[in-house]
Amino acid sequence: MLELLAFGPDGWGDEMLRGAAMTVAVAVLAYAFGLVLGTAAAAAKLSSLAPLRALAEGYTVVFRGVPELLVIYLFFFGSTGAVMWVARQFGYVGYIELNNFTIGVLAVGIISGAYSTEVIRGAIQTIPRGQLEAAYAVGMGGPLVFRRIVLPQMLRLALPGLGNVWQLTLKDTALISVTALAELMRMASVAAGSTREPFIFYITAAVLYLLMTTVSQAGFAWAERHYSRGVRRA
Amino acid sequence: MDLELMADSIVPLLGGAWLTAQLVALSLLFGIGLAVAVGLMRLSSNRYVAGGAYAYVFVFRGTPLLVQIALIYYGIGQFAFIRESILWEVFREAYWCAILALTLNTAAYTAEIVRGGILSVPHGQVEAARAYGMSAGQVYRRVIAPQAIRQALPAYGNEVILMVKASSLASTITLMEITGVAKRLISRTYAPIEIFIVAGAIYLAINFLATRAIRYAEWRMTPDLRPPREPSLHRPVPRLGLGLGLGLKGRRRPTRREPAATADARPASRRRTRPG
Repeated sequence: MLELLAFGPDGWGDEMLRGAAMTVAVAVLAYAFGLVLGTAAAAAKLSSLAPLRALAEGYTVVFRGVPELLVIYLFFFGSTGAVMWVARQFGYVGYIELNNFTIGVLAVGIISGAYSTEVIRGAIQTIPRGQLEAAYAVGMGGPLVFRRIVLPQMLRLALPGLGNVWQLTLKDTALISVTALAELMRMASVAAGSTREPFIFYITAAVLYLLMTTVSQAGFAWAERHYSRGVRRA
Repeated sequence: MDLELMADSIVPLLGGAWLTAQLVALSLLFGIGLAVAVGLMRLSSNRYVAGGAYAYVFVFRGTPLLVQIALIYYGIGQFAFIRESILWEVFREAYWCAILALTLNTAAYTAEIVRGGILSVPHGQVEAARAYGMSAGQVYRRVIAPQAIRQALPAYGNEVILMVKASSLASTITLMEITGVAKRLISRTYAPIEIFIVAGAIYLAINFLATRAIRYAEWRMTPDLRPPREPSLHRPVPRLGLGLGLGLKGRRRPTRREPAATADARPASRRRTRPG
């Protein structure tokens, strides 16, 4: 059975590994996109403008309450129409199609961002207002306050939550196999279909996913320790 | 936006909602039983029992549910000895494969919630109960379980929502629940946004009802956290709030250190301490 996993033209080992690399690429890009979105949405949620708050609230409610698979179908079937509609407003009438990689990163990233929003908002809210006031009083501007005061303290509190979001994001990338993007899950099902040996390939995929989640969990544990250096445990 | 199409899609999508509800309800039911067993095993003093339970939780939380579903639906049917045994009656049905996968998945997450709930009960209470002569079963039933359940309910509410969403993956093994129906409608009508809005609204409604149900269970189980009933003479004019007495409104946690009303009846503004 194991010769099915050989490298080279006879086995599926290299295809599976390439699929795993694609999974990591999609997950990392989607997570980064989600962090940017999440920071923006957290800022909107803490804003004094009611419409901004409502927009961010709607974003998190919808994308945390609706199944990931449904969101992926929305992007898979709807993104081409949406992109062409925007292009037409600028006078471009040709045919544009997003490739499945971009669709996957966008869909998973938007879901990931909805979860990041809540984590980041919670962490920012724990920073005492007096510190911000003091920073503004000594003449720091907004970005400088964020970089020097908010970020270092927030990161420590947000890391456990962000670690969970990363695990979710990594596992959500398996769902974009329904768009036929050649990531790990898709490779496993293609191999399973053409060899009629599904068990070994799905087990291999499970082991590879487990490896990714375990390694990244260790990474987050290290980061948590790193950013809690100056803090004494209760 | 095609409103007519949206209206026409409501009935088939609600038809899918019945299957979604079955998948969620059955796997939550089986899952909670398994989760209690695994949670207790994780707390066992036997190293192998605890290690086995830990491995189960680790594997099922560390791999995507889609892989688990594919492994059960496609992978297990590959073996001839399964196909020839009575188990095949279960494994050849996508319905039972989905329920099995969802059950095993939710049990792994819920086991951790159960474990956390049990660990939240202070050890002194267990010692006191044992000192009264309660058996281990009695201690669990009378002292640990009621408090562990209260502690675990909010986290379990999150798990219920995750399960409603996770049930959508059953559509990948041919089951026509809400997402399955939605995908068929989208590929037939090419109106992804309209269908997404209707299907998404149904999911949000289900999740809303599930959260309310859990919130109500929480309210029922924590009478100690509700404000005390006021004596009838001082009862304020009854208001018809939107809470309808279902515990939907935020509850006030009475603090034990609230000053007794008899100590000083004067309003706070007049209660100046004398200088000097």
